[in-house]
Amino acid sequence: MAANSHQAGDGSSAKGSIFNDPKVRGYIYQIVLVGGLVYLVWNIVQNTAHNLEKQNIASGFGFLDNTAGFLPNQSLIDLSATSTYAEALLAGLLNTLLIAVIGIFFATIVGFVMGIARLSNNWVISKMATVYIEIVRNIPLLLQLFFWYFAVLRTVPHPKQSLDFGGGFFLNNRGFFMPKPEFGEGSALILYALIAAVLGVIIMYRWAKKRQMATGQRFPVFLTGLGMLIGLPLVAYFVAGMPITYDLPALKGFNFAGGMKVIPEFVGLLLALTIYTGAFIAEIVRAGILAVSHGQTEASYALGVKPSHTLRLIIIPQAMRVIIPPLTSQYLNLTKNSSLAVAIAYPDIVSVGGTVLNQTGQAIEIIGIWMLVYLSLSLITSMIMNWYNRSIALVER
Amino acid sequence: MSDIQAEQSVSFVRKEMTPEKPAPSSIRGPVHWMKESLFSSVSNTLLTLLGVYLIYLLVPPLIQFAFVDAVWEGTNREACVDTHGACWAYVKAYFPQFVYGRYPVEEYWRVNIVFLVGALGLVPALIPALPFKRENILFMVLVYPVMTFKLLTGVSLSFETWIAEFVIAVAILLGIGAVTAYATKSPIKPLMIIIGVIALGFAAILAVMSIDFGLMPVETAKWGGFLVTLVIAITGIAASLPLGIAFALGRRSKMPAVRLVSVFFIEFWRGVPLITVLFMSSVVLPLFLPEGVTFDKLLRALIGVALFSAAYMAEVVRGGLQAIPKGQYEGADALGLTFWQSTGLIIMPQALKLVIPGIVNTFIGLFKDTTLVLIIGLFDLLGQVQLSFTDPNWSTPSTSHTGYLFAASIFWIFCFSMSRYSIFMENRLHTGHKR
Repeated sequence: MAANSHQAGDGSSAKGSIFNDPKVRGYIYQIVLVGGLVYLVWNIVQNTAHNLEKQNIASGFGFLDNTAGFLPNQSLIDLSATSTYAEALLAGLLNTLLIAVIGIFFATIVGFVMGIARLSNNWVISKMATVYIEIVRNIPLLLQLFFWYFAVLRTVPHPKQSLDFGGGFFLNNRGFFMPKPEFGEGSALILYALIAAVLGVIIMYRWAKKRQMATGQRFPVFLTGLGMLIGLPLVAYFVAGMPITYDLPALKGFNFAGGMKVIPEFVGLLLALTIYTGAFIAEIVRAGILAVSHGQTEASYALGVKPSHTLRLIIIPQAMRVIIPPLTSQYLNLTKNSSLAVAIAYPDIVSVGGTVLNQTGQAIEIIGIWMLVYLSLSLITSMIMNWYNRSIALVER
Repeated sequence: MSDIQAEQSVSFVRKEMTPEKPAPSSIRGPVHWMKESLFSSVSNTLLTLLGVYLIYLLVPPLIQFAFVDAVWEGTNREACVDTHGACWAYVKAYFPQFVYGRYPVEEYWRVNIVFLVGALGLVPALIPALPFKRENILFMVLVYPVMTFKLLTGVSLSFETWIAEFVIAVAILLGIGAVTAYATKSPIKPLMIIIGVIALGFAAILAVMSIDFGLMPVETAKWGGFLVTLVIAITGIAASLPLGIAFALGRRSKMPAVRLVSVFFIEFWRGVPLITVLFMSSVVLPLFLPEGVTFDKLLRALIGVALFSAAYMAEVVRGGLQAIPKGQYEGADALGLTFWQSTGLIIMPQALKLVIPGIVNTFIGLFKDTTLVLIIGLFDLLGQVQLSFTDPNWSTPSTSHTGYLFAASIFWIFCFSMSRYSIFMENRLHTGHKR
């Protein structure tokens, strides 16, 4: 029916009609769209201004300088009773970054191990990886978070019956306690040794690559590098007269004193994010490895390359090209999912912001800060990963 | 062929097949399988032992907890306080709350009808072999939502102002259509008919909405449990697909203003966590509205969820659009199809077919994300489970484990079946685009 009408319309009269000119129609659509949006935004601004005025809420970011009536229970910066909302929010932002970076690190390890395990020839291992992936991916993250936090970490024993892992590591319902290194005089030497070792590894890597290009001989970069990274600081440690001592946590009264404490909220969130995102990364890794043609493996074996070298030098580098873009989205997801912290009161930016919102009522400003923070985090993560992606992309023609 | 065979009836040509022999005993049977896949090398053997050890660590205690030590009957915590196993008696006692929340007990039948009709409408739509697909889908899209709304809320809307505005809007639309048709002498009669049908349908829906069936109104604050999970998930799914398609087309549009608006919309919603969106819809959205206009809390959450998932859906659909070869567009243009004809008849069906896994993934994600509404004080299934832990009548050491196990199984069953169905559809629909 529509086709008939169209043909008839092309006949005589409609030819010159401006309504049938796609260009004119395009302009009309766009004017309507922009006009509608402007009207909508103008309406919203008017309503909001009116509503705020009625509720006696001052708009603007002036409230950030007021003293916060609360302290986040974990902070990377020093907070005191006189700290402002701005400082509390900054502490929250740093906590978000902390959980995101550590979570990404562990989730990547879990994901790669599980992804490769799912492709293993070993029936038991591959089935176990499959079960892990299929169970974890299909259960809401919030439920898993509640499980780890309320059902596992909240039910571990009181400080008096702490689980003792030996070497000064304890777990109880106040958190996870571990020894805290204290840097005495001469510790700087160890730091310098570490920097020197890192530089040395970079130089050695370049030299080894050049030599392999020139002569075809491989140099054991990994073992030598590891030796340098561990050995040099170790030598410096003894030369400086063993300046690092450990402050061991010990039971004093009802709680542990000394040492380093990781709050249970952090442990719970980290467990949930790592296990959940790890399952998704595992599937990405598996898809990436399957995307590399089997001929590559066969050709490599035909050349007499060891299976372990085939995986590390032939398969993984090619799979990385398929893996990186979806992996980036998983990193972004993990960062965004860390906002679930609010459900168990781990003091991240959303949790701290929520408290500030309740105290001040500055909803628009707080939500604006959240959006700004997450949008910039997304942007920075994708920039870094895109840069990495370009550096490993296949160079064609 | 038979001639050739006849010629070949020389003695050295075999006349019949040799019977199949079983494979040598060294490459068949469970022993060989175990040798190959469990103990092929030292490292493989170690891995197997490690795996078996892990299974030993995890599985027997789980079975012990969920079945062997479990308590199945009981009326309060006395029944479960002495066991280390799951307290299924508590789940049994709380089951109505987990499904209906605080919905009045004597009105459960309304929810049950909605569940039943939903299942009866959905299952035939999902099985490809059954007939009446179009009628079925029309029923689910047009009748079912109105029915659900009436049954669940029990509200009869009064539309005095709405009706007036609606009638004016229809009159204006029809007027513009008529004038345009006359001025250009173009045969847009079909368009007029479409507009007329939509207007009539809308009016009919509004009319049904305003009929009072004498149902008791149940405010959404009393809804809870799995009912809320399903309402949010299904509304989100239903709203995000068309919105997502619209934004995906907008992002690929040649009109710069349309493209820019779509890109901003998609990137904004995709860049922020759902929690902040929900906070926004519960705290900030009321500020945006004119004085006196208030939205229901559940409805505000629904708007947030729909916009959020629409952005994800848009990117999935865009992926499908990008995968369509240019020749398809050119072919459609060569046939003289308009933009909407080529999009609706040629491009979209292929694109959507290509991205079924992505769409179902978004659905699964949405289904799992409904749990987040508990942060803004709506009680979905997980919210109800979490809430039930505060009941002193049932507080035992194993209550929380049991509750989480129950909720996790429900979510797992739904998400896992969705992913299996997606694989089934993908296999069924792969017509040519796969090698």
